[in-house]
Amino acid sequence: MEWLISLAIGVLTATGVYLTLRARTFPVVLGLTLLAYAVNIFLFAMGRLTVGLPAVIDKTAEAAQYSDPLPQALVLTAIVIAFGMTAFLIVLALKARGELGNDHVDGLDVESNHASNKEAK
Amino acid sequence: MSHLTAWPVFLPLITGFILILAHMGGIRLQRAISFLAVIGLVLLSMTLISATSTDQYQVYLLGNWTAPFGIVLVLDRLSALMVLITSLLAVGALWYAMTTDTDKKGAHFHILFQLQLFGLNGAFLTGDVFNLFVFFEVLLLASYGLLLHGNGRLRTKAGLHYVVINLVGSTLFLFAVGALYGVLGTLNIADMAAKIAIAPQEDLGVIAGAGLLLLVVFGVKAAMFPLYLWMPSAYANTSAPVAALFAIMTKVGIYSIIRVHGTLFGDEAGELTYFYAPWVLGLGLVTLFLAALGVMAARGLREQVAYLVLASVATLLIGVGLMSPAALNATLYYLIHSTLIAGAMFLLADVVLRGRGDYEDRFESGPFMPNAILIGSVFMIGAIAMTGMPPLSGFFGKVLILSAALDDTWFAVIITVVLVSGLITILSMARSGSLIFYKTLSKDAVVSSKPIEPLNRMAFIAVIGLLLSSPALVIFAQPITAFTEATAHQVFNSAAYIEAVLSTPMVTEANK
Repeated sequence: MEWLISLAIGVLTATGVYLTLRARTFPVVLGLTLLAYAVNIFLFAMGRLTVGLPAVIDKTAEAAQYSDPLPQALVLTAIVIAFGMTAFLIVLALKARGELGNDHVDGLDVESNHASNKEAK
Repeated sequence: MSHLTAWPVFLPLITGFILILAHMGGIRLQRAISFLAVIGLVLLSMTLISATSTDQYQVYLLGNWTAPFGIVLVLDRLSALMVLITSLLAVGALWYAMTTDTDKKGAHFHILFQLQLFGLNGAFLTGDVFNLFVFFEVLLLASYGLLLHGNGRLRTKAGLHYVVINLVGSTLFLFAVGALYGVLGTLNIADMAAKIAIAPQEDLGVIAGAGLLLLVVFGVKAAMFPLYLWMPSAYANTSAPVAALFAIMTKVGIYSIIRVHGTLFGDEAGELTYFYAPWVLGLGLVTLFLAALGVMAARGLREQVAYLVLASVATLLIGVGLMSPAALNATLYYLIHSTLIAGAMFLLADVVLRGRGDYEDRFESGPFMPNAILIGSVFMIGAIAMTGMPPLSGFFGKVLILSAALDDTWFAVIITVVLVSGLITILSMARSGSLIFYKTLSKDAVVSSKPIEPLNRMAFIAVIGLLLSSPALVIFAQPITAFTEATAHQVFNSAAYIEAVLSTPMVTEANK
């Protein structure tokens, strides 16, 4: 199970980094979302991977064996924050698209650059 | 356990909620509530400063759970000082926003302003790393709203960069926190420091890696090389009161390095004792040099002030990287000075911008602005303070840092970089001052579609008030350095911090 989880975190992080470095705002938003997914799974795994263990509130369980509740609380917080931030970022990206006229992260006028490059040639 | 400790966090939060309800009561009601709350915050933080004078740590157990299990707020000299600087800066910024009607340009300026203070004060007071992350998010989300307050294409573009880099920073923060939790099994700063002291050899690599990852996160906040590129355009393009308030935002990064790294990797950390300090020192030196080049290359006054803020952050990083009580004492003195003066300079840049019509704050010959003699004199005083020339506080701060640097093996490099970049900033400020105030165009040559606004005297009070902190820092240098010196000693005594946090008992009927 460990290799599967670590592979998932690795692939998510790699795609997230790749997309974050793209020049259009929408891939950047997707990239940040994937990074947030990766970090959520990572936080979960930091409570150690366990199967079938009781929650900490179960009084009948042996004290030494229970699933760590704290990473679950951390992940929950992280999910909510990442969700809110993504929503904000999408609205901001739409605002930038509206005000700057295109969806380039630097607000460049890509079309006209193309045209002037062609003219230069 | 005094409830006073938690009030700097709750007062802005509650005020924010009241302001949402007061929204229908009109802008005057909102202004009155918001300003009263900020004044209250100043009085509160002064009370807290006097409460910390006994060197005791005020530990506030949220939900009455004892330390490693619950979240704690810890008030010591350092956090009380940061809260006081924040509230003083907030008074100036809010006054300027109200007198220039900046707060009318969008719907929720005052609410966002209070939530920003909530996030800042929370970050300064918390004793838990994950809680620090949450307060970072609170202050960032409020700052996104404030940064975009009012409109403008450049503001949107700079805002987008700012939001994306900070979201990446938040993700890295979570990776670092997760890794530390996985190894140490706790998130309370004091408990983590105690666990690092007894950590087995094979875990030290992970801890060091996570510690450096945290340094990257705080470096994004503090605008440390190579993570500062978002900062000048974001600060230069936002509205003036917001830029002034943001002068404290970079210091949140500095504070976090002092608090988290200073405690986790303090004297008891074994092999990891101060392992991060060379990084902070080296990157601070690079940042300082690049910031000085930025000051020289800036095309407008606001951009130049943003680079000056970067230079002051870099100087603070050098002070933190030197890792001695004397250097930290100097750093804290310089921190008070640089935050308040940077706020004043952002406001002053806006005053200049309003007096020049279409020429705005660009460095080119423009019209002779109304009250140019008054504004020009104030600009000169601000420039003297900012660039660190005698007799104002910037000079004393730099002298203290340089004299602390003499004990370091790198002292030649540090002194050279600090003095050369100081010279560059002095030359650049002299050039921009003479361009704006001396080389003016004759009346016929001025072509301006925007009206040239007369000086807003009420708003100018905020600039003067913040600038007065510089002579005050010199006149009261003795009591202030006594306080910062005691603060530096308290920060270096991380064993006492750990002891105080972990031994605070639960509140019961008996010890109420």
